[in-house]
Amino acid sequence: MISDQELNILLEDIYRHYGYDFIGYSKASLIRRVKRICNMDKFGNLTELRHRLFEDDSYVKRFIEELTVNVTEMFRDPSFYRALRQEVIPALATKPFIRIWHAGCSTGEEIFSMAILLEEANILDKALIYGTDLNATVLENVKRGMVPLDQMKKYSENYIASGGQQDFSSYYTAHYGQAKLLSRLTDKVIISTHNLVSDSSFNEFDLIICRNVLIYFNKDLQERVLQLFESSISTLGFLALGSKETIRFSAIDGNFRKLNQEKIWRKTK
Amino acid sequence: MEKNEIRSKLVVIGGSAGSLPFLFEVLPRIYSPIQFSILIVLHRMAGTDSNLEALLRSKCSIPIIEVEDKLPLQDGYIYLAPADYHLLIEEGRSFALDDDEKIHFSRPCIDVTFQSVAQAYGSRATGILLSGANEDGTLGMASIRKYGGLAIVQNPASAQMPVMPQSAIDLGHYDRILGIEQIVSFLNEQV
Ligand SMILES: C[S@@+](CC[C@H](N)C(=O)[O-])C[C@H]1O[C@@H](n2cnc3c(N)ncnc32)[C@H](O)[C@@H]1O
Repeated sequence: MISDQELNILLEDIYRHYGYDFIGYSKASLIRRVKRICNMDKFGNLTELRHRLFEDDSYVKRFIEELTVNVTEMFRDPSFYRALRQEVIPALATKPFIRIWHAGCSTGEEIFSMAILLEEANILDKALIYGTDLNATVLENVKRGMVPLDQMKKYSENYIASGGQQDFSSYYTAHYGQAKLLSRLTDKVIISTHNLVSDSSFNEFDLIICRNVLIYFNKDLQERVLQLFESSISTLGFLALGSKETIRFSAIDGNFRKLNQEKIWRKTK
Repeated sequence: MEKNEIRSKLVVIGGSAGSLPFLFEVLPRIYSPIQFSILIVLHRMAGTDSNLEALLRSKCSIPIIEVEDKLPLQDGYIYLAPADYHLLIEEGRSFALDDDEKIHFSRPCIDVTFQSVAQAYGSRATGILLSGANEDGTLGMASIRKYGGLAIVQNPASAQMPVMPQSAIDLGHYDRILGIEQIVSFLNEQV
């Protein structure tokens, strides 16, 4: 058992030692992750984990990567992508140049889905997609454009449910158990590590997508990140969150209008 | 306020295959308002039964809310775990969602929520494990008991799929085995 207090001490020590700030994360989820790390790396208790973490500087990278949850899918929540197709893409299409930011993009499945939407609307050429994550290792996959082949059946169903009408398998080629996305789908993607806790805005965007990242943050940290997004979205730009996340309790709510049933808002001020 | 929160009770109900008929029979018969809260964690197919909330709502007088991230828990409500996330209780008694890998092929996983409820509510937690075709929930029941809460299993004979309640019984992680009528009475006796 790890108590909230033990976790707090661990997080503060990590921050002091290494500068990684997880203090504003939701505790319930982090405790599960720390236990999981103890199991995987065979630490009998928190003291053993602490010993390794603070005596062996090379271990922290692994620790941080395992602490965050990187689960992702292509076209997850098809109704969300349907709404993007119908209500967001047409607005983006009127722009001479389109900038999209996927914050917390993990291994890129969400970016690949977006690139397909842009491609089908014939606007991929004038778009730039920025993919950022705290975890440098997951980002390596974004440029490679690889997805486990055994997931493609499910993703193909998601794609169709989202309103996709092309042959989904025309977007990738199979390579040793992996599906490799066509390079034109990843050519317009720029990746960079970016920590939503501590880094600031780096551009202005027409659409920011940050799904299933805020659930790991406490309310104060969520507010900080939402303000960062607000200041990085152009007027009449869009913000999209995960299906159980909301800006309703945030100060930025007043400057956004919710578009539809999905978690998509448009900046009005 | 702080004190009130600590005195609140939570009944957490876990179910899988075959548990919906049970809920449709039991929930409408709980007298409204309730002085505690109920949390329902079901194995659901993402996207397929998204109107479950509306369905339950149409049959119950107790307000039903599908949980969103960081929603605070309040007495008097029935909360429904959303499909495709694990559901945890965060410090200060709000809900937290987690996208982590599936467990027992399920997200939400009943064990995960029961364990989290056990830690947050201690002796004020009751777990009820319903019909289902796998063993999810058994460890959760063990944890509810370990932290001083009460663990109730649906009588496997009355369950469409007995595996889930039977698994908790086989390992001894339960306090009571109750049929549908007894569970209704139990819930109506909670204050
Ligand atoms: C569950 S994944 C979500 C992936 C994708 N957006 C989706 O919904 O399918 C959460 C991602 O957020 C990233 N993350 C966690 N904390 C972060 C932070 N402080 N800054 C940037 N990314 C973070 C994790 O590394 C992980 O890749």
